Amino acid sequence: MHATDWIQFALFLGLLTLITKPLGLYLMQVLDADGRTWLDPAVKPLERITYRLLGIDPRREQCWKSYTFAILTFSLVGVIFTYAILRLQHLLPWNPQNLPALSPHLAFNTAVSFTTNTNWQSYGGESTMSYFSQMVGLTFHNFVSAAAGIAVAAALVRGIARRSVNTLGNFWVDLTRVIYYALLPLCLVFAIFLISQGMIQNFDGYTKATTLESAEQIIAQGPMASQVAIKMLGTNGGGFANANASHPFENPTPLSNFVQLLSILSIGSALTYYLGRMVKNQAHGWAVWAAMMVLFVGGVLVCAHFETAGNPIHHALGVDPDDGNMEGKEVRFGVFNSSLFATITTAASCGAVNSMHDSYTAIGGFVPLFMIELGEVVIGGVGSGLYGMLVFVILAVFIAGLMVGRTPEYLGKKIQAKEVKLSMLTLLVLTLSILGFTALASITQWGVVGLNNAGPHGFSEMLYAYSSATGNNGSAFAGLTANTPWYNTTLGFAMLIGRFLMIVPIMAIAGSLGTKQASPPGAGTFPVNGATFTILLIGTVLLIGALNFLPALALGPVVEHFLTVQGELF
Amino acid sequence: MKALFSELRPALAATLVLATATCGVYPLIVTVVAKTVFKDQASGSLITNEEGVIIGSTLLGQNFTSDRYFHPRPSAAGAGYDAASSGGSNLGPTSTKLHDVIRDRVIAYRSLNGLAADEKVPADAVTTSGSGLDPHISPRNAELQAARVAKARNLDVAMVKELINANTTLPDLGIFGEAGVNVLQLNLALDGQR
Repeated sequence: MHATDWIQFALFLGLLTLITKPLGLYLMQVLDADGRTWLDPAVKPLERITYRLLGIDPRREQCWKSYTFAILTFSLVGVIFTYAILRLQHLLPWNPQNLPALSPHLAFNTAVSFTTNTNWQSYGGESTMSYFSQMVGLTFHNFVSAAAGIAVAAALVRGIARRSVNTLGNFWVDLTRVIYYALLPLCLVFAIFLISQGMIQNFDGYTKATTLESAEQIIAQGPMASQVAIKMLGTNGGGFANANASHPFENPTPLSNFVQLLSILSIGSALTYYLGRMVKNQAHGWAVWAAMMVLFVGGVLVCAHFETAGNPIHHALGVDPDDGNMEGKEVRFGVFNSSLFATITTAASCGAVNSMHDSYTAIGGFVPLFMIELGEVVIGGVGSGLYGMLVFVILAVFIAGLMVGRTPEYLGKKIQAKEVKLSMLTLLVLTLSILGFTALASITQWGVVGLNNAGPHGFSEMLYAYSSATGNNGSAFAGLTANTPWYNTTLGFAMLIGRFLMIVPIMAIAGSLGTKQASPPGAGTFPVNGATFTILLIGTVLLIGALNFLPALALGPVVEHFLTVQGELF
Repeated sequence: MKALFSELRPALAATLVLATATCGVYPLIVTVVAKTVFKDQASGSLITNEEGVIIGSTLLGQNFTSDRYFHPRPSAAGAGYDAASSGGSNLGPTSTKLHDVIRDRVIAYRSLNGLAADEKVPADAVTTSGSGLDPHISPRNAELQAARVAKARNLDVAMVKELINANTTLPDLGIFGEAGVNVLQLNLALDGQR
């Protein structure tokens, strides 16, 4: 890493730290049905009308089962909504290129993908999606899946913070308030900033240009900025264009890149502050945040180191080793801003890319893959990062309890067999989905035929695909041809498993914790703040991630690294 | 079943109401602001020549093969710089295909620009970008091509290098990102020199 890389990294970390508290405080007001914000005069009337149209009483809170049921029903309606739009694309407006309807398996995959906040894309945006499909079918989920994630995190935090209650809030209220008071206003400002940097926002047909050498160049257009703002802020990640945030329209300048990076992690980071406030233990919020940041900084440094070092196989051909690995990267971002983006997008469950992960060096590509497999709890997706991390907190507290031989307690609440079982369930289901589907693809014709690379890298393409789908990330080793019935269907199921078999047990944990009494901390209570706890939490995340996935990773990026050093080709 | 129906009404209504807000009102406001305040950017930063023909976008690279022009990076977008089909090669570090194509590009780059057989070639000159539409090349890549372009156009090398400097984008605010030379703008400036 060069000096300027360090300066940019320090600036990034500094700014992220600075916005954590104010944004956290703001989200606290948003996630409180009686909260006050400076937008109230304008938005409150709209909020009231919305509740009337929904036919709900905003004062009535839900138990964990109703809350979960509301999420599931809403998601089901959303999948059908988008599936219908994609299948009927040819009949709907704003389709200047006359793009045909999507095939059933691609429409299923895409509808599930956006509903689950994954944004895995088996298609290329500009060659598949009409403006209507992008703006309505997909952007809708960019907003609501992000808001639903934040809602689940808020419900879990309420379960931890409240005592002896049955209710965790009202899903419809949380959903509405998050969109009206947080996501929409932020996106409005953000989208306009992005346009100022050169991002497109129009409904024109594709532009025909005649190049200086008199060739024809067709330039794809569309309402991009409004979709990209929420794609980043809501950690969705689905690109408007096939090349996602590496496309010069979708990420025109290094400044737009920097702000996009900040936006990916901003809400996730702020939610740790929200946690601290809600449980009246701000040191705990910061301890969780610190654990995330340590893992994050480590990931960035490893990834940037190997990408800067470049590929010895290509250096031997005469490529300048000082330039690092530039395959799949843009000149304006360079190696560092690409590595930073790759780590952030996988630490969060975003999945947007500003460079092609498939072309990373073995260990450079190992980092994003491993970040996903850790559960995307390093800041993580909006909401999902916090609730994923709180599962690890429960396990860390449980392990600490076993070590000292006391009933584990988390913020005064007893962690019992039920919570530990449910926590383990979420982790095991994810592992089973990732490894199970990868194993299946590895031994079947349809799995292997889709590969773009041979040898260990081909295996990595499959492992990455199912990790990304199950983790609801959406980035890819994009050489994989996934637009086939088998891949689309299995990846679709992996995404559903990763989203809902995570949310349901977590809501059950929230419900169970909410009903518990809290006992005051005693001499034997294990404190959930301070360095000891942070280290224990980091250890838990790494240990579980490593035990689950190192054997598979050894067959992919790890062996590939040693083969690269030896100059082996496939 | 009862639970399903009790949540179905709000689920259907929420889909309609929130779709109106997030997919109707919001993009509409953004589009209106874009068209009034940032019309040029919002339409793709297009460049038009004196005859009114659109010749490209300042943000997007395009193919150049003539000796008289600076050459962009190799591109994996369609048949090369296809701005309706962006994308990278997605070839990995141990790919034979990538190894072979980089080997060929290194040889071609050296011979085209009259470089010594052991001269290190800039990485961006022989690798494809993520988008396949990268508008930039590295300053060193431009510098190595300067003599060839100057010769083909009968221009002074120093003057060509001056044009390179004038078309180099420095890091944003002096900190963010990397310096790059915008190939299309540089070539346009060259054409303006005749």
